[in-house]
Amino acid sequence: MKRFPKKLIVLAGLAAMALAAGGCSTSAVRVRPWERAALADEVMNPNPDPLGAAMSEHVYFSRAAASGGQGVGGSGCGCN
Amino acid sequence: MVTSRRTYLQFAMAIGVAVALAASALAQVAPGAAFPPLAADGLAGGPLPDTSGKVVIVDFWASWCAPCKASFPAYSRLQGEFAARGLVVVGISVDESPAAYAAFVARLKPSFATLHDSKHALVALVQVPTMPTSYLVDREGKVRFVHAGFHGDATERELRSEIEGLLGGRAGAP
Repeated sequence: MKRFPKKLIVLAGLAAMALAAGGCSTSAVRVRPWERAALADEVMNPNPDPLGAAMSEHVYFSRAAASGGQGVGGSGCGCN
Repeated sequence: MVTSRRTYLQFAMAIGVAVALAASALAQVAPGAAFPPLAADGLAGGPLPDTSGKVVIVDFWASWCAPCKASFPAYSRLQGEFAARGLVVVGISVDESPAAYAAFVARLKPSFATLHDSKHALVALVQVPTMPTSYLVDREGKVRFVHAGFHGDATERELRSEIEGLLGGRAGAP
């Protein structure tokens, strides 16, 4: 059984790690600008009806005498 | 032992070269670099215009991109204004759907050539930073200016000035 020098094993390991780490780089995992057709679709708009949203907010303000708070996470439990 | 060492070194070098090649393949095309040949990437949608010895604007667009739509009239104006002096505008669509590409072109009726990079071969090679992005390429095929995004009159003014420089042989840096 041949024994390989420690240095070479370390070198090969480092090269393999560099290769593996390359796959995690932002250029490899992010959605490219030319691949965003689905993200640009109207159905992905979080506020597709700004006028309707403004009117709902006004009704809420008039009824509850409170304003703001939209978009804040949590459900009143105080846990976040 | 010597053979094994040589094999491992060659293996490590091969991995290093592969990593370097992968990194360079993902690099964005920047001013000063040669623009990849349009003919080499299997673009569909129409005949490739003659760009040899011409100043070329290569614009990457998509039907789902609002600024791309806003840029079309400007590129049509530039094509009309400078074509006789040697400017060619080529719009490259990155739409995944050929129908979306065709409908967009039929609706906007650009006066410049449009092609469809349906397999994303060219755009992946160029690595555009945003949509739309246009590349102003000089007569030697070298990228001189990159416009990431389209900002209305400001972009059109800049392009006009840069085109004037390149057509008149007074191109600035780089």
